Amino acid sequence: MTVLTDLTVAQIRDGFRAGDFSAKEVAEAFNANVAAAKALNAFIVETPEKALEAADQADKDRAAGTLKPLSGVPIGMKDLFCTKGVQTTAASHILEGFTPTYESFVSQRLWDAGAGMLGKLNLDQFAMGSSNETSYFGNVISPWRRKDGGNAALAPGGSSGGSSAAISARLCPAATGTDTGGSIRQPASFVGISGIKPTYGRCSRWGVVAFASSLDQAGPMARDVRDCAIMLENMAGFDPRDATSLDLAVPKWEAGLSSDLKGKKVGIPKEYRVDGMPAEIEKLWDQGIAWLKDAGAEIVNVSLPHTKYALPTYYIIAPAEASSNLARYDGVRYGLRELPEGANLQDMYAATRAAGFGPEVKRRIIIGTYVLSAGFYDAYFTQACKVRALIARDFELAFQQCDVLLTPTAPSAAFALGEKQADPLAMYLNDVFTVPASLAGLPAMSVPAGLSDEGLPLGLHLIGPALDEQIVLNAGLAIEQRAGFVARPDRWW
Amino acid sequence: MHWRANASAPGMSVDLNTVKKIASLARLAVSEAEAEALVPELNGILHWVEQLGEVDVTGIAPMTAVIPNTLRLRDDVVTDGNVRDKVLANAPQAEHGFFTVPKVIE
Repeated sequence: MTVLTDLTVAQIRDGFRAGDFSAKEVAEAFNANVAAAKALNAFIVETPEKALEAADQADKDRAAGTLKPLSGVPIGMKDLFCTKGVQTTAASHILEGFTPTYESFVSQRLWDAGAGMLGKLNLDQFAMGSSNETSYFGNVISPWRRKDGGNAALAPGGSSGGSSAAISARLCPAATGTDTGGSIRQPASFVGISGIKPTYGRCSRWGVVAFASSLDQAGPMARDVRDCAIMLENMAGFDPRDATSLDLAVPKWEAGLSSDLKGKKVGIPKEYRVDGMPAEIEKLWDQGIAWLKDAGAEIVNVSLPHTKYALPTYYIIAPAEASSNLARYDGVRYGLRELPEGANLQDMYAATRAAGFGPEVKRRIIIGTYVLSAGFYDAYFTQACKVRALIARDFELAFQQCDVLLTPTAPSAAFALGEKQADPLAMYLNDVFTVPASLAGLPAMSVPAGLSDEGLPLGLHLIGPALDEQIVLNAGLAIEQRAGFVARPDRWW
Repeated sequence: MHWRANASAPGMSVDLNTVKKIASLARLAVSEAEAEALVPELNGILHWVEQLGEVDVTGIAPMTAVIPNTLRLRDDVVTDGNVRDKVLANAPQAEHGFFTVPKVIE
């Protein structure tokens, strides 16, 4: 008997079409897994009725012969996407109870494609974090545990930690994520799933709660590369309501999948091979190089000289944009209002924002406000925007020598909850390998490639030239086929 | 690891008063204790990002668009509006079709 919740998006889609099972059976199976996994805290809101409603429609559409690309497939929606009539919080107290009267472009695309919603997934507050520990609605717990027999609660990564935990635990076959500096790729790496951040502008930001607008980009997370391709085809597309949306046709990424890399060159950026890199990460990277050679690729060494400046650049630009974007939370138009006795309007703003934002969000708003303030703007913000241009140019030059870059996704396997919380910088450094591609707006993906000495998943990271998601997916597929990653967490929840 | 930043920040200029001023500009009420805790945190982060000052950016224009894109013009037609109730639906306090705030004129 097939366990429906073990199926991939492609298997659900194809099995449903073939009449092996009904959409209702699939939705019920996932709804049951979601309901039984409260211990993971992956969902902020569960919407079993939405999943069933879409499934009923899919079953009708199958009978009528009007199937859609994702008919029969239920998914999870990161709670950063506005969903009409369903609370959308960005995992913050300031948006608690906010019920959008409109639907985000990306989620609407998915519903139009026939997908159903299992619920709204937990995340780091306003997507600011790498461990899902900044959510107002509590930590997400990774379904994974170290093989040392201890029961240390591990981070599912962040900010898309609800998405990563839910997919890994088979609560949904796929989910949306958003990636500002690694928020799709690092959590995917931590739980042994795949995730792709497409080229900036592929997925409309309309209706996505804004963090850092020049970096924010939606993308899919799923168990394998094919599922990521399927999901991305049904998320991307031109949207006139987003000024940075790319007016380009959505490629047929699934049909274009090929793990044959003959004639392709894979670049290995030397600056990513840093001193003190854990031996198991280095070994995994070398293994990845061998796999891509085996797939027919030629390996070339490349240099991205400004790599070491990517994180500090990011931690100026992202907070600066966040401080501006989050100015909208004022207690007037939506969300929380704190009105102390006798308070005037200014007091109300300050009290509302103090009560509504968590510590990490406040920290970034204050950094952002500082680097944009009079007298410091040029020294910090303008300088960062110039260095960002140099980082992007590094990639442009590298892609004159190669078709795709291979690096590790994160400098370590998942860490324990609480382990890095005391020092904000230690947490920021977790995004060292993912941030450069974000700054340059490039498509990048993490695929599971092996297990750490502690028995935890490790991911490899592929970065492609702008608009070439296909080479990223194809190189990811080549690794996936050779890694044969089948490990999954034992159910304890 | 060599990317591990040095969180100490000798000689940095952000002091308690600066933190309070920035918090005020950001419209964030902070307690004395919160402000005091933010001083070393901000100094650590600012000290770390200041390494960007060593990069030679001569002749480099600040990045303004991540992916080259043209600014589009749209047709000059009304595409939105007449949704007052939707706009007000999530307001903490709305009266007579308006957002309401504490009295601002004495």
